[in-house]
Amino acid sequence: MSLLAASGLTVRLGGADILSAVSLAIERAEIVTIVGPNGSGKSTLLRALLGLQALAAGQVTRQAGLRIGYVPQRLHIDRPMPMTARRFLSLPKRCSDAQAEQVLARCGVAGVGPRQLADLSGGQLQRVLLARALLNAPDLLILDEPTQGLDQPGEAAFYQLIADVRQETGAAVLLVSHDLHVVMAASDRVICLNGHVCCEGTPDVVRDAPEYRALFGFGTQGALALYRHDHDHNHGPGLRHEHGPGCGHDHSHTHQSPAKAKEPQDHV
Amino acid sequence: MFDDFLMRAALAGVGLALATGPLGAFVVWRRMAYFGDATSHAAILGVALALTLSLPIGIGTMLVALAMALTVSTLSAKGWAVDTTLGVLAHSALAFGLVAISFLPGARADLSSLLFGDILAVSKTDLGFVWAGAGAILALLLWRWQPLLTATLSEDLAQASGLNPDRERLVLTIALAIVVAVALKIVGALLISAMLIIPAAAARSLSRSPETMAVIAVLIGAGAVLAGLQLSLLFDTPAGPSIIAIAALIFTLSVVIAPLKAR
Repeated sequence: MSLLAASGLTVRLGGADILSAVSLAIERAEIVTIVGPNGSGKSTLLRALLGLQALAAGQVTRQAGLRIGYVPQRLHIDRPMPMTARRFLSLPKRCSDAQAEQVLARCGVAGVGPRQLADLSGGQLQRVLLARALLNAPDLLILDEPTQGLDQPGEAAFYQLIADVRQETGAAVLLVSHDLHVVMAASDRVICLNGHVCCEGTPDVVRDAPEYRALFGFGTQGALALYRHDHDHNHGPGLRHEHGPGCGHDHSHTHQSPAKAKEPQDHV
Repeated sequence: MFDDFLMRAALAGVGLALATGPLGAFVVWRRMAYFGDATSHAAILGVALALTLSLPIGIGTMLVALAMALTVSTLSAKGWAVDTTLGVLAHSALAFGLVAISFLPGARADLSSLLFGDILAVSKTDLGFVWAGAGAILALLLWRWQPLLTATLSEDLAQASGLNPDRERLVLTIALAIVVAVALKIVGALLISAMLIIPAAAARSLSRSPETMAVIAVLIGAGAVLAGLQLSLLFDTPAGPSIIAIAALIFTLSVVIAPLKAR
């Protein structure tokens, strides 16, 4: 059974369908990346899967007793509340000092425990958020644009950390990326979303190609790769391919390894 | 010791500070300052209602304050402009309350004590009411402390952790209604939210965790009560405003001290 499955998930906000009939399933220990342009409903999809967003139609089923670790897009830290990183790790479930130290070190931010959340850099805060999510020994990590505001080496290091966590704990990972072209090399599957699931498939890892090395630099250690996919996919007769307004599809290119990608994609 | 009016006043004020310390911290963290105003101004309407219906004043104020707090949180949840809504509700509550009171000749004479409190006239019954109310608020906040903090920091994180932010908001709303009923006699309707906000704001710059902020707010609130009573006794100033004036001085001091302490 899938850890988490959505079927026919539809979200309506202000009379407009933000998501229509999205179906997906997350299996144990896989890394799934959702990409899509701005306003394509990526964050809304995560919020719907987490139960933070009311559904107009469809349903989300979770495996019984599923533990989810959630890392939001950004945590707006209000100055009025004094809060150390250590104290934050104990919300809402208290953890021991030893646990806190261990998980902070694991996430590469050892020693930030006594510091105020508001004083942390964007990258440190993301790592503390990840640390808090890991404390609960999650079966599924859900991350909403976790590398927003990080520079490229920081982004690569963060993705590497997530890949390591999956390796060690066997947790599945569902993450959203704002960058249509750059996704994790460690992703098992990539879902392209634009109000509906446009297509999905394995990322084409091109870490050996020198032109991509040149593009992304050696500093990323192959953690960043291009997901190349084709939008001239066939939906079959009688199926209209609906794209929301603003779906430019300016990223037409061909799959390098079509054998790995599932195509053509049928979605109803 | 309860026979001395000054002792009763001090005990009532300290009891109130025990509740307003942590509750005020939440008001500051959630930026609910005007929310406190609307709720406490509704207390006057509550007094008028209680006198008309011959209900105990404590019950009347608590009910009307609760109704007001629930109205405000429902409207803001529905996306009404909070700033404007609160401005309308807070001042209308005050105006309607004052109009309603003017129909009750007995209470009319007492208007200044409703607006600014009458801590020196606290009876043994009042004292019991203050401590029972403060105890209830403290118990409520301690019981929900972890979920309340999580929901205050981020409603999304709280909900993703299986908590219900709406329920935690309701806890604070109820606590706020109780504190209004308790504080009316001590600092009066106009200064209840000052008692909530000023000690907590003063504690902010001196604390590094939510818990220390709540405790320091209690200490500052209690200190302001005791010093304010002294001031009132020495210079024959009104007790409620004297307490708030001292709290404001402590706040100013804390703002000056904090940068020095950080070095």
